[in-house]
Amino acid sequence: MKNKVLKVHQPKRKPSKDRRQFLKLGGMAILGSGLLYACSNDDDGAVQPQPNVFDLGEGDLGVLNYAFALEQLEADFYTKVVNDSYWANASAEEKQVLEDLYNHEVNHRDFFSAAISAAVGSNTSAKLPTLEFDYGGLDFGNRDAVLGTAKLLEDTGVAAYNGAGRLLNNPDYLVLAGKIVSVEARHASAIRTLINPGSADFAGDDVVDPVTGLDRALDPSQILAAVGETGFITTPFTATSLP
Amino acid sequence: MNIIKFLDEFTNESMLEKKTSRKDAFKTFGSLGKKAALAAIPFGLASMPTKSYAQQQPGDPVAALQLALTLEYLEDEFYDLALQSGVITDSAVETVYMQISQHEQAHVDFLFAGLTDAGVTPDEKPEFDFTAGGAFNPFDPSDPDAYAQLLALAQAFEDTGVRAYKGQALNLQGSPFLTAGLQIHSVEARHASEIRRIRDLKGWITGDERGAGMPPQTQPVYDGEDNVEQATVDVTTLGSGSPFTFNASTEAYDEPLSGGDAFAIASLFIVD
Repeated sequence: MKNKVLKVHQPKRKPSKDRRQFLKLGGMAILGSGLLYACSNDDDGAVQPQPNVFDLGEGDLGVLNYAFALEQLEADFYTKVVNDSYWANASAEEKQVLEDLYNHEVNHRDFFSAAISAAVGSNTSAKLPTLEFDYGGLDFGNRDAVLGTAKLLEDTGVAAYNGAGRLLNNPDYLVLAGKIVSVEARHASAIRTLINPGSADFAGDDVVDPVTGLDRALDPSQILAAVGETGFITTPFTATSLP
Repeated sequence: MNIIKFLDEFTNESMLEKKTSRKDAFKTFGSLGKKAALAAIPFGLASMPTKSYAQQQPGDPVAALQLALTLEYLEDEFYDLALQSGVITDSAVETVYMQISQHEQAHVDFLFAGLTDAGVTPDEKPEFDFTAGGAFNPFDPSDPDAYAQLLALAQAFEDTGVRAYKGQALNLQGSPFLTAGLQIHSVEARHASEIRRIRDLKGWITGDERGAGMPPQTQPVYDGEDNVEQATVDVTTLGSGSPFTFNASTEAYDEPLSGGDAFAIASLFIVD
């Protein structure tokens, strides 16, 4: 059965020096590489959108674009996972879990694409474009690397949606975020148990405060800083109007 | 619930008035034994919700928190009794139950304090009956079905919790409790996934399937989970291939449950 899975060809790219670049200026998150020369020279702390760099926007649209960015990352990651050698040779249980995560995240990504298109109407430039990704030296043939990254992405997704709920005004979007975040939490739980079976890690003390019983909730700037540190997203964008 | 207590309750005037549909259900199944009759009553039809949050107005965060507190009382007591019962012999499962138990206790404390701090008297803890009037026997180590029921009830409670918190999000919107509500909601989802996987199910809900080995009474926990329309978009039509099958499209989104429906499910286990 080895190597019989149809592979999606991923051109090997050398990790560039800029790949891990990330700046956070006065609450402004900038992701991506190459265009980060454009630091604001304002000294008053006012944050300006960068010319030629997409900004997620404000309000509900900003949050939708933010979720779309995270779902694009997750969908792209699992697409690579199910087309590489760790997955091809994994146990039936692990294959099923990761295939399901691939299915769900691609569905989420394309849902946000449709929802944002509907929201922006003819103002198509307000929709986050298709992002590009680079996983650097991440070995998709290595179980620990794949599951460890999946855990990071799913836990990040949970904390991101939990933190973004209060930023949404449209009740329909809040319900939608709720419908998706619990599935991300189900994913995180499953991945954590694949990594450490028979443990309390599915809702471990590192993500669920044992005193309050609360999961994490983080602001977009915190999430984008963490995502920026992975260097996975190479298309630059800013989030100047989100906390 | 012993038979004397059962009869006492059954002949108690106020109880009959309070739990009309339970009485009706007994009439319907009058010729059957108690256990058979209760076993045939789905979750949610056992009693009519009488609490205020069953008829809550939209945007009522206090009612949302009171409902959440009742559900957390139920879960907290369930896991305490489960851990004390001696039914769990698998140490890995015991580890999982201990972690969940700790969280449910924390949620009770958190909600109780939150309501108190807001100047609201928290609802008292109801009296629970996890046999649901004799339908289940989850805490009896001598019952060969106890362990399976202990896991099945945990799944039903966690999946209900996820749906119930989701259903209260709009009532918490704009209040300082929204984020905390979401933070509890995702913890319930982590729990649900783990319990489901211990039961050899997927961590996520396919269609409206309650899953292998789940008692038919738990079906109301899953009704409506087969929705594929998200914000007016039928997500099965977004593309082709495995991510857009009915199964994947329903697994990828959890559905909310109204306060009334959530309380009706809990009511099967509430004596008074």
